[in-house]
Amino acid sequence: MASSYSKELLLDMYRKMYLIRRFEERAGQQYTLGKIAGFCHLYIGQEAVAVGPAEALRPDDYMLSAYRDHGQPLARGSDAGMVMAELMGRGTGYSKGKGGSMHIFDIEHHFYGGYGIVGGQIPLAAGMAFASRYRNEDRVTVCYFGDAAANQGSFHETLNMASKWKLPVIYICENNRYGMGTAISRTSAVPEIYKRASAYDMRGEPVDGMDVLTMYEAVKDAAEYCRAGKGPVLLEANTYRFRGHSMADPATYRTKQEVEAERKGDPIPKLRAYMQKHGMAEDSVFETIEEEVKALVDQAVKFADESPEPSLDELWRDTIVEEGEEDVRPRERVLGQKVNWPKYPSGQELKVTWDLEPREQAEAADKKAGLIR
Amino acid sequence: MSTNPYFNFESEPTMPELMYREALNQALAEEMERDANVYLIGEEVGRYNGAFKVSQGLLDKFGSARIIDAPIAELGFTGLSVGAAMVGLRPVVEMMTWNFAILAMDQIVNNAAKLRHMSGGQLRCPIVFRGPGGAGGRLSSQHSQALEANYAHFPGLKVIAPATPADAKGMLKAAIRDDNPVVMFEGERLYAIKGEVPEGEHVVPLGKADVKREGTDVTIITWSRMYYFCMQAAEELAKEGISVEVLDLRTLRPLDEEAILASVRKTNRAVIVEEGWVLAGVGASVVDIIQSKAFDDLDAPVERVTGLDVNMSYAANLENATQPDAPKIIAAVKKVLYREGA
Ligand SMILES: Cc1ncc(C[n+]2csc(CCOP(=O)(O)OP(=O)(O)O)c2C)c(N)n1
Repeated sequence: MASSYSKELLLDMYRKMYLIRRFEERAGQQYTLGKIAGFCHLYIGQEAVAVGPAEALRPDDYMLSAYRDHGQPLARGSDAGMVMAELMGRGTGYSKGKGGSMHIFDIEHHFYGGYGIVGGQIPLAAGMAFASRYRNEDRVTVCYFGDAAANQGSFHETLNMASKWKLPVIYICENNRYGMGTAISRTSAVPEIYKRASAYDMRGEPVDGMDVLTMYEAVKDAAEYCRAGKGPVLLEANTYRFRGHSMADPATYRTKQEVEAERKGDPIPKLRAYMQKHGMAEDSVFETIEEEVKALVDQAVKFADESPEPSLDELWRDTIVEEGEEDVRPRERVLGQKVNWPKYPSGQELKVTWDLEPREQAEAADKKAGLIR
Repeated sequence: MSTNPYFNFESEPTMPELMYREALNQALAEEMERDANVYLIGEEVGRYNGAFKVSQGLLDKFGSARIIDAPIAELGFTGLSVGAAMVGLRPVVEMMTWNFAILAMDQIVNNAAKLRHMSGGQLRCPIVFRGPGGAGGRLSSQHSQALEANYAHFPGLKVIAPATPADAKGMLKAAIRDDNPVVMFEGERLYAIKGEVPEGEHVVPLGKADVKREGTDVTIITWSRMYYFCMQAAEELAKEGISVEVLDLRTLRPLDEEAILASVRKTNRAVIVEEGWVLAGVGASVVDIIQSKAFDDLDAPVERVTGLDVNMSYAANLENATQPDAPKIIAAVKKVLYREGA
């Protein structure tokens, strides 16, 4: 039985998941050594939820996430050294060390940030999708958030607007079953998050978040739906984090048996098994990838470790935009590589041609409500 | 003595007279015409023509994609617009009043104000949050408060509070063109006042205070609606031979230190008049600037006239007693001049 996926695609997915896994393990180690401080939320176990969508999207699609935000940018092509440097508070990090682990931003790869307020990024994503509609662009926005964030008002307020205005946004709830130490079933009247979409007459689906191919298909399909102007989609990726909520959390609220059982569903060996079953790769191919990734991560740690702290005058930069000031292009600044920076149409070039609430539609609604106009 | 804020101090009009709300409307229309990235969103801004009629007629002119009736979800539509600004649109978010914007404060201070910093300079957030602020009108505690000090606290925001129709127009235009998040407090009780407003391209730079009345004996520093009480007090005091300079701050972040110090160095006495509460008010920072940089120029301690440190009541007499007014300002001026009755 042949697989319907190309070997290149699957190997790329494998490489990215493996990169996130190794990167996070090294981040955890650096935290223990005291080189990373603050909060550091690892992604180990959830790799498929970042990598499937990254492969399914176009490079110019927008993406944002919460504070568990190292995996998605790595999956989209961000520089591992610069992410690691950000975690270590170095001037060579994506945000010059001003953001840290919870605030990775890589605009060149259209990753619009990690956010530290639970649910705070959910309306931002709708706004980015709104901008795409406003400008007649067919790009979609993908927004990650956790299961606990689905209980925030921001989630409900935003889904209502996104659905009413048919915004091209895909919400991916990473349901790892816990918000810090509290099981989602203890705090949620409806722990199946995807069901909440129905309250806003929008499409909502559960997805196996431990399977990268399922994630890939779900997001490919959802993106097509969004690009066709049919409205937003809520995907609930059922996944599991193998580690604590953050490095500061020993995760004693879960039983050993539960974690052991979940580890059997590890998405990385799962993809490898799939490829082997379909005769798509020898052991040596995986070994080569793993060696390459290990070397890349070693180099990232070394780069970060040897990078200087930001200079003190950085304190006074990047708060208010001064007139004529340019935006910072991190990869250009740090690695000297030319970057592909997003360009937005100026006010003169832009023609706004769509209606949020077409006149006829509004008047029909009035009529139906018995209002005379 | 009358404490009516709709006091007309203007001399013979040489320019068209507009109401404060009309001046804002003109600014919005002109900026939306100039730049298609600008859109207006808020509760009742479209078909209802605005809760305070600031957006009168704009829906017909610009259509429903640019004049957007939002659900009553302040956090939601504010955050949505911050997201749109992150990718280059220039939203104007109308708060029905700033009292309700408290629900959206997370998006304004945790996202808009910090995006550029957290992204290390990769992002900018060109957005205006505007709406009526200020107390009065027998609306009791939840609908009647001056909240600008809250926002003036945050780096990453600009905070403006124009008093006159001309400033309202010019500063809104400047705010829309600014690449930073701007928080604009309009006077809920000022929308109907009239004043001369220059037509067309009239842009008032943010961060610049304005000497609205020249004087030599004492400086009164104020902004927004309190400006009118200060002018009224100044007129009264002039009759007694006291020459008052009135400095309208207009922008509360960044504060125009230069203008504050120049005026105080000239008059050697200062009274700060603020509608909001005394503790941690904007006026406290103005005092700090004066005492740390112009202490030797002072002939008397700086006085503050503020709203009382209580919640707003409904009862007319309690409401009046809570707010600053011309008699309280006059008393404070006399105190810094060591005059009788103070
Ligand atoms: C508004 C807000 N409240 C509380 C917190 C503290 N906090 C940080 S993460 C977290 C749990 C969120 O869990 P979830 O949304 O499921 O995401 P996960 O960590 O599982 O990825 C909490 C309570 C916060 N950062 N923001």
